[in-house]
Order: sequence, then structure tokens, then C-alpha cells
Amino acid sequence: MPETYKLLAEFAQTWGLAYFVAVFLMVLIYALSPSRKSRFDAAARMPLQED
Amino acid sequence: MSVWARHKIFETNSIILVIGVLIVIAIGGLVEIVPLFYLKSTIEKVEGVRPYTPLELAGRNIYVREGCYNCHSQMIRPLRDEVERYGHYSLAAESMYDRPFQWGSKRTGPDLARVGNKYSDEWHRDHLINPRAVVPGSIMPSYPWLAQNDLDADHVAEDMKVQAALGVPYTPEMIAKAGNDIRTQATTDAPSGDDLVKRYPGAQVRNFGGNPQKITEADALIAYLQMLGTQVDFKLYDNKANVR
Amino acid sequence: MALTATTSKGMTFGEAGSALAFAALSFLSIIIAAKAYTPEYAFHAYLFAAAAGAAAFKIIDCYYDRPAELPPLTINGKPNYNMGPVKFGTLASVFWGVAGFAIGLLIALQLAFPALNFDTSWLSFGRMRPLHTSAVIFAFGGNILIASSFYVVQRTCRARLVGDIAPWFVVLGYNFFIVIAGTGYLLGITQGKEYAEPEWYADLWLTVVWVTYFLVFLGTIMRRKEPHIYVANWFYLAFILTIAVLHLGNNATIPVSLFSPKSYIVWSGVQDAMVQWWYGHNAVGFFLTAGFLAIMYYFIPKRAERPVYSYRLSIIHFWALIFLYIWAGPHHLHYTALPDWAQTLGMVFSIMLWMPSWGGMINGLMTLSGAWDKLRTDPVLRLMVVSVAFYGMSTFEGPMMSVKEVNSLSHYTDWTIGHVHSGALGWVAYVSFGAIYCLVPWLWNKERLYSMKAVSWHFWISTLGIVLYISSMWVAGILQGLMWRAYTSLGFLEYSFIEVVEAMQPFYVIRALGGALFVAGSLIMAWNVWKTITAGEEVAEANATQSILIAAE
Repeated sequence: MPETYKLLAEFAQTWGLAYFVAVFLMVLIYALSPSRKSRFDAAARMPLQED
Repeated sequence: MSVWARHKIFETNSIILVIGVLIVIAIGGLVEIVPLFYLKSTIEKVEGVRPYTPLELAGRNIYVREGCYNCHSQMIRPLRDEVERYGHYSLAAESMYDRPFQWGSKRTGPDLARVGNKYSDEWHRDHLINPRAVVPGSIMPSYPWLAQNDLDADHVAEDMKVQAALGVPYTPEMIAKAGNDIRTQATTDAPSGDDLVKRYPGAQVRNFGGNPQKITEADALIAYLQMLGTQVDFKLYDNKANVR
Repeated sequence: MALTATTSKGMTFGEAGSALAFAALSFLSIIIAAKAYTPEYAFHAYLFAAAAGAAAFKIIDCYYDRPAELPPLTINGKPNYNMGPVKFGTLASVFWGVAGFAIGLLIALQLAFPALNFDTSWLSFGRMRPLHTSAVIFAFGGNILIASSFYVVQRTCRARLVGDIAPWFVVLGYNFFIVIAGTGYLLGITQGKEYAEPEWYADLWLTVVWVTYFLVFLGTIMRRKEPHIYVANWFYLAFILTIAVLHLGNNATIPVSLFSPKSYIVWSGVQDAMVQWWYGHNAVGFFLTAGFLAIMYYFIPKRAERPVYSYRLSIIHFWALIFLYIWAGPHHLHYTALPDWAQTLGMVFSIMLWMPSWGGMINGLMTLSGAWDKLRTDPVLRLMVVSVAFYGMSTFEGPMMSVKEVNSLSHYTDWTIGHVHSGALGWVAYVSFGAIYCLVPWLWNKERLYSMKAVSWHFWISTLGIVLYISSMWVAGILQGLMWRAYTSLGFLEYSFIEVVEAMQPFYVIRALGGALFVAGSLIMAWNVWKTITAGEEVAEANATQSILIAAE
């Protein structure tokens, strides 16, 4: 049992952490990149436009 | 045309969104669930744990039907007060034949994981008919219909067949004798009692419901309750062999 | 279903196909009813036969009544919205809400006064409690989610819903599922898994309904005229998708027979427990959180007439929430036979969840920055803002309770019940009430709600109810946990179990009182909705074009 635990902990602290950080960075880049600002501003107003 | 082409890319975006969501939710679920089918502590067998007898299985289904899990847990945590109040903490192996599991999430009433053999059959009968007759402060509903309803013994074999297909070690002999086993287990001094105990070691054979004339739902439910937590002999159990 | 109509009238593939399918289902149900193992199951089979027969008849009837042309996608360049299913879902939500809260009140009273179980099988707590949870979560919550999602996706995509039969199939089929599930519990038909009690045939039916729901929603997004998919639709989509996955995973059962209501789950014991709470906690995360966040992200900006505080934050909120939530399930199984590493994983992710949750709360609240005065004048907006505050509160409490040491005290006690209700009453119900109060005048072309004063009364009465409910359950739960682990100076357990039960009585009475206030508030809402529809002031001429469009659905 301790071997399994060690294996899993090692995996979580390397690949798991890397996966977690990578996903988070991707989301941050997507959400915060300046090139998307105008698109997001327009999207934010979508509920307010009446037709 | 260029507008059309641009629009098309955005249309695929919704599919990308769908795929993205699926990937993100799949990983978390798989990492937590899949190892449970391989880890030693979750699949190891413990001496004494056996599939339910047909009568116990029928009783368990009544337990599920009446929603007992809404107020009673069947999972003793390894905390000092729980072990002292209810008994040895629950092992994964003890619910290996539970479909569905009935660990519960609320203790409006006490934990039942080791309620077996703590009270007499008579106590259970009175308690199910009117809990306040034996426990004055109880807020449990009364279940008078259980002692009146005849137990459906005709379909249990089919239930066992499905469970066998799912991996429960019910042998063809057990399935063939299911209806007979129900009558045997609920009858005091049944001649085929020894035969049944050979198939289901440790099974208790007697008239649980108190009425020898008929086998009721109360017979099945009490048989199930009296079995709960009695399968593993903790005097012999080696907790080092099964560290979780 | 959306085939282009030819000049001569003919049945579409969708009309013919679904009429045939319903007729076949009706026939099959009659056979099952005749051979059913139990009368309860036969009753359900007859319900299926009647409902499927009625559906087949209605489809053919509608075909004869409709013009040769199918409803156009646009009229004079403007989208021809399909609001009929939205109206139905909104009213169904009000109905099931009142019913579900009332059943909740009954079972609260049963715990205080057990005589109220009336020694009757179908009225007993064990059968009524799943009826309560399903009625409020799936019937009340589910209907407003389906209705609002169909409204929001049409308005933000400026496109008519895909299909003409399909959206109706979704709302009616979903409510039929509710009827089957609810009557099943009363008759003792249950899988015995919390929040997933419906048996295999109800689950199968829901799967068909849900896949249709997904296709209608996704198809409407694909039809959009807008370049961007508004963030509320992201949350709706994640909710629909994930619930589908969870539903399939947690209901993987093998029926005993086509003629038996009983089935057995393919998972057993500890694996079943993990799958159950992976389902159970993500039902909270994706049904009761992501779905209602979608409502927040559309209705609060719309009502406040301001764009959401930070659209970027909403995107980070979305991905962080769905990424973290899916891991949190094991915190329901602390100190059980589940391996420790899984428990720890569940705890760590639950604590991390606090961040996106509060990010979302800040985003919702700050949408009102510069318009705080509206809270004084608009009780509907006040309902929704308070709901976001409750969201913040219960998503703070949740991570705290997922810490193992806290959980060792709180688990199995009424503290959990208090926590669930601060989320369910404060967050889910309040944001739903806000959406209902917004939708009813919009859908029925009324200038405003019949009575704003009644909304205020609803708000204050039910807020008082929530305060009584959650504070009594906090005290009860902590007291319960402490009494269970109390020792005398000699080292013996101080209280027997029944002494702890008896100590709960006053708190159960206070809780029932809080529940009664909440029911009273919902009745005020039902009255207000009814009066708005029947006696509300019509929208003035200037906006009349829109009303024609909607009436033409």
C-alpha cells in the first residue's frame, strides 16, 4: 500500500500539478489577452440589446 | 463569402466548447473512480463476507424501498466515539455485495452497520409496528404494513440471476433453490436449514416475523437487519492485512 | 423537424417519425402493463401508454390544424422566437416549487411530530423525503433551468429554437419524467441512491429527453446570428452536458426484467459510493450551480440594465468552476472505507473551489456597481442580489465543511441539512424567483408585474423563513455532533442516541416554522404570477411589434 501511495503522490505532484497549471494558464491567456478585449466587451452587452 | 466563412469557424466553436467541457470533466472523474477498481484495499476480500441469502436480499430491497437510508447510515467511521457506540469501523469489503450501497449521509436515527444481533427479533417486530412502544422518544415512522404484506418470493431468483451476471458469486444451485431457501430460512427448525447454511455460512435460520403461518415482509427485513455487521469476526480479523 | 416546407402540405419527417415512435411506445407500454410483476409498475406502464398515445394524437392533430408552411425562422428580418415551451416551463416551475416546498414542510413536521406519518406507507418520511428533494431540485429547479435556457439562448443568439416538436417534447417529456419519478417514490419504486432515486425506465426516458434538450440547445447556438456565444450559454451548455454524463454513469443499472421495476447497479459497495457522490456533488456543481449561474449571468445584467461587471472574470469563473467541481465529490465520504488519497483529493479541490465561487459572486454583485439605488426600488433585483450573497455564503461554508476535521463533526448531522438549504433556499430558489418575476411579464407582454408590493412581501417573508431554517439547523447540527462525541469524566459516552434525538425537537419545530414562511412566500408568488398573466397591464403600442412576434410562436 505505501508504494501505491508514493506512486500516486509523485504523479499528483508532478504531472497533476503541471496539468493543473497548464489549464489555468490557458484560461488566463484566453480570458486576458488584449486582442480579445473588444470582442468580450461586445459580448458583455448582448443581453442588453433589444430587437 | 468571407462573412460566411468566418461564421462557420464560430459555429465550430460551440463544438470546441462541448469537447473542452467533456475533457475537463472526464479527467477528474476518471482519476478518482478508476483506481477504485484496482486498489487492494477496495477490492480485497475479507473472511466471512458472503452474498446475501434470498431472504436477506428481499429484506434489503424492502430497506431500500422504504427509504431507510434517508435517516440511517451503514458506515461506521474510525472515530473513537463511533467505534464505542456502534462497533468496529466499517470495512470496504463489508459492502462489496451492496447494490446499491447504503452508507447513507444522515443519522436522524442511529447507524445500522452492526445492528445485527443487538436486539431480539421480538424487539424488531414491536419496533417496526410502533417504534415508540419500545423507544419512547423515537421519531421513526411506524411500519405496520410490513408485518401484514406477504413477501414476494417468486421473483427473487431473477434478482439473483442479474446479480450473478454482475459478478456476485451466486451459483446456479443457489439461484435454483432461491424460493425454497426463503421458506427455509424463515422457518424454525426447517429440515433443510443445514443445507442452506452450507451455501450461506453463518446465515441465521428461524422465524423472524413471529407468525409461523406466513412469510411477510417483516420476516425478510428483520432477517436482513439481524445479519448486518455480523459476517466478519473481528476477533480473527487482521487489520494490518487490509490497511487503507 | 426543421425540414423546409414544400408548397403542398405534407408531414415532415419529424412529425411522422415522432408520431410513429409514440404510437409504438404506447403499444409496448400496454404489453408491459399486462405482464408487469407488480401493480405499481403496471400503473406506470399505463401512464406511459396514455401519455405516449396522447402525444401521438396531438402531433397528428396539430399537423391537420397547421398551415402548409412551417413557422418561419424570421418575420420581417426579426427572429420569430418560440416562447410556448418557455411559458410552459415557467408555470410548471411555479407549480412544482409550491408543491415541493409544501412537501418539505410536511416532512419537517414529521420529524418534529412523528404521528404525521399517519402509519401509511406512501406518506411515510422515507418515501416523502425523496419526493421533496426531487420536486424542488429537478421539478422546480429543472423547469426554470429548461425554460430560462430556451429563453436566453434564443434572445442572445437572435435565433428561433431548433425544431417545432422537439422543444415541446423536452418540456413535456421532462415533466412526465417528474410525474413518473414522484409517483414511483410514493409507491415504493426507488433505486435507493440519493438524488438519483428514479428506476431504470424513468432513467431511460429522461436520457431520451435530455439528449433532445442538448440537441435543441446546441442547434440553436449553431443557428445564431451573433459572432460570440454569450457566457450564460456556456454555463447552460456545461450544465446540460455534464448532467448527461453524470446521469449515465450513476444510473448504469441492469433491469431484473422488462416487466419488473427493479434494477441492480453495475457498481457495488465502495465503487458505487464513489460514483454516487461523484454524481451527487456534481449535481450540486452543474445542476444547482452552473445552471443557475447561467440565470445570474443573463438576468442580473438584464434587470440592472448594465453589462456584467467583468466578462473576462466570467470566463475564468467558468473554466475554473467546471475544472475544480468535478473533483470535489469524495468530500461526502470522509473517514469512510474510501481510500484516504481520494478523500484528500476531494478535500483539496473543495477548498480550491472557494476561489472561483467567490469570483463569480463578486462578478454578480459588482454588476450593480453604480446602480445600487435600484435595490431600493426593485424588489426583483433585490431577490437576485441576495441570492448571489447566499451563493457566496454557502460556497464559503461548503469548503469549510469539506475539511476532514470539520467534517468529522458535521457529517451525518443536521448541519449538512442547514448548509444545503442555505444554498437551495437562499441561492437556487431566490435566483429562480428573480428569473420567474422577470420572465412572466416579458413572456405574456405585460408592462410590469401585477404587484411589486407582493414581491416585497414574498422577499421579506421567505428571508425570515430562511434565517429561521438555517440558524436552527446550524445549532441543531453542531449540538448533535457534540453530543454524539461527548464523554463523561469516567470516560463513557455521555448521551445515548435517543437523548440526542430528543434534544433536536425544539430545533425541528423552529425549522418547520421557517419552512412554513417559505411556503407562504411561494404562494404569494404564485398568486402574483397568476394575476400578472390574467390582469396585468398590456405592453403599450410602441413595443407592440415585439408582442406580435411572440404571439406568432
